[in-house]
Amino acid sequence: MFFGRLISGDRPGSPILAIVLIAILLGLAFAPFLFPGTRSLDTAARICIFIALAASYDLLLGYTGIVSFAHVMFFGIGAYGAALGLDGLGRGFGSIAIGAAGGAVAAAALAFVIGLFSLRVRAIFFAMITLAVASAFAVMVSQFSDITGGEDGFSFKVPRELTPAFKIADGKLFGVSLNGKLLLYYFVFTGCLVLFLALLRVVNSPFGRVLQAIRENDFRAEAIGFRVVRYRIAATCLSAVAAALAGSLFAVWLRYAGPDAVLSFEIMVDVLLMVVIGGMGTMWGAVIGATLFVIAQSYLREVMGALSDATEGAPLLPDLFNPDRWLLWLGVIFVLSVYFFPTGVVGRLRGKD
Amino acid sequence: MSEPLLRLAGVHTHIGRYHILHGVDLSVPEGGVTMLLGRNGAGKTTTLRTVIGHWRTSQGTVRFAGEDITAWPTPRRARAGIADVPESMGIFTDLTVEENMVLAARAGKPEGPRLDAVFKAFPPLRTFWKNPAGNLSGGQKQMLSVARAMIEPRRLILIDEPSKGLAPAIVRSLVEALRALKDTGATILMVEQNFSVARALGDSVAVMDEGRVIHAGPMAELAENREMQERLMGLSLEAH
Repeated sequence: MFFGRLISGDRPGSPILAIVLIAILLGLAFAPFLFPGTRSLDTAARICIFIALAASYDLLLGYTGIVSFAHVMFFGIGAYGAALGLDGLGRGFGSIAIGAAGGAVAAAALAFVIGLFSLRVRAIFFAMITLAVASAFAVMVSQFSDITGGEDGFSFKVPRELTPAFKIADGKLFGVSLNGKLLLYYFVFTGCLVLFLALLRVVNSPFGRVLQAIRENDFRAEAIGFRVVRYRIAATCLSAVAAALAGSLFAVWLRYAGPDAVLSFEIMVDVLLMVVIGGMGTMWGAVIGATLFVIAQSYLREVMGALSDATEGAPLLPDLFNPDRWLLWLGVIFVLSVYFFPTGVVGRLRGKD
Repeated sequence: MSEPLLRLAGVHTHIGRYHILHGVDLSVPEGGVTMLLGRNGAGKTTTLRTVIGHWRTSQGTVRFAGEDITAWPTPRRARAGIADVPESMGIFTDLTVEENMVLAARAGKPEGPRLDAVFKAFPPLRTFWKNPAGNLSGGQKQMLSVARAMIEPRRLILIDEPSKGLAPAIVRSLVEALRALKDTGATILMVEQNFSVARALGDSVAVMDEGRVIHAGPMAELAENREMQERLMGLSLEAH
């Protein structure tokens, strides 16, 4: 069956999960028409990008059992790659391709070097080294302000076809004007879909099985004859490339690249939470985790504002629901979800707690 | 006489600060089963782990099939034809039985006469072929662990206490399977505390104590000589 092949035979394994995933896919595929408005379209695009980013992190964390704190650095490298390409070579699709390819190659090379020097040592040291490299990289980006725009970052022009000024056709479809913004969204959506399906293919390949074997028992994988370090390095490079490509898409979407948007440690924590909340070791978990997280991030404040107004006059409650406290509630949601779904939402739905 | 398939000469192994093997000399001839016996803590498991390369030799040499493999990393030893069936079984519980076998077969898909032989020896593996290995019972996991070593022609198979913790009926079918494996001409080096199992399968025997091999010879000689058994292994065999 074609669809089975498309998802590499990796069935969701639970009817509810399948329905939720199809709903997310349809929601994102028709987001411009279902949820018109700049803000909701921005949320949809972020969901797409973070699904790809979380999935690429899950290849490392969930499938191979490697804890890395440098993942967002690769995301940032991809974003700056596309940004510098568009800025330096002019607004064209060729510039995006060259910039993204450059970012991906740089990410792979850096991942290779980090892997080579540190995947032989114990997992905790690898995590520390990635943390150090990521911090150093962030400092470097803010120091080389001639190229990177420093802390402020820089904005650039994307191809004209991807801007609101570009009209595909006169008139509107279902009340949505057919302009370049729509094209830009589908550019991002398609890119992320392709990335996700490619990652799904990787984890369900024989290579992916070896990674799972290594995660479970690296001694045993070696005794069967697999060179564990090589596989770990390969997984690190692959996930870095995927993260870099997602970063390129994000930069094109934002028409901007800056440390806070694409390189901050906060994003790293977000991605980690997405993977854990969704369920480690399954690509579908990344979909669920990223969707839930981005929606919560974008709309929790509104919900809390409404709650705060609704409880006006009651003691304490309005303060507790003050929109400024949204991070507190995000934390509470996270703690509860880890407590009730230790194997993530997907693990829970599949019934393996 | 030609060189044995595996030869350890004066092997010392340290695990962290602990000096476990104190100069092991051991020869495993090609074909047949060599039993490694001895009290708990004598160094039997450490010897197997030294052969597969999980522990490094700090002194002495390990030769396999005419080559000095002392400095080889584990994957290279595995590719040279050494299979390891550890005491912990070490199956990949998140993967299906089939996927476990695919990984072990390495060169290609598990199929043909070798897979038929596995299914014949261990029928439950066919039944649970597409199920996660984590759902298997203890005995079935042990079967899978041995089956992983059978799926590809290996020159030397290391097996660590396969009968441990298994019900007698399962031990019997395991012994049958190992005997079938032996009849294919495989060379096996096996640690076994259960002397009746050891006697049923072993061709030759090496007895270890305090990190050294203190006796080596044909199994038949030891099996017939009760005095020698008691002297070499003391009470450790009486318990079984």
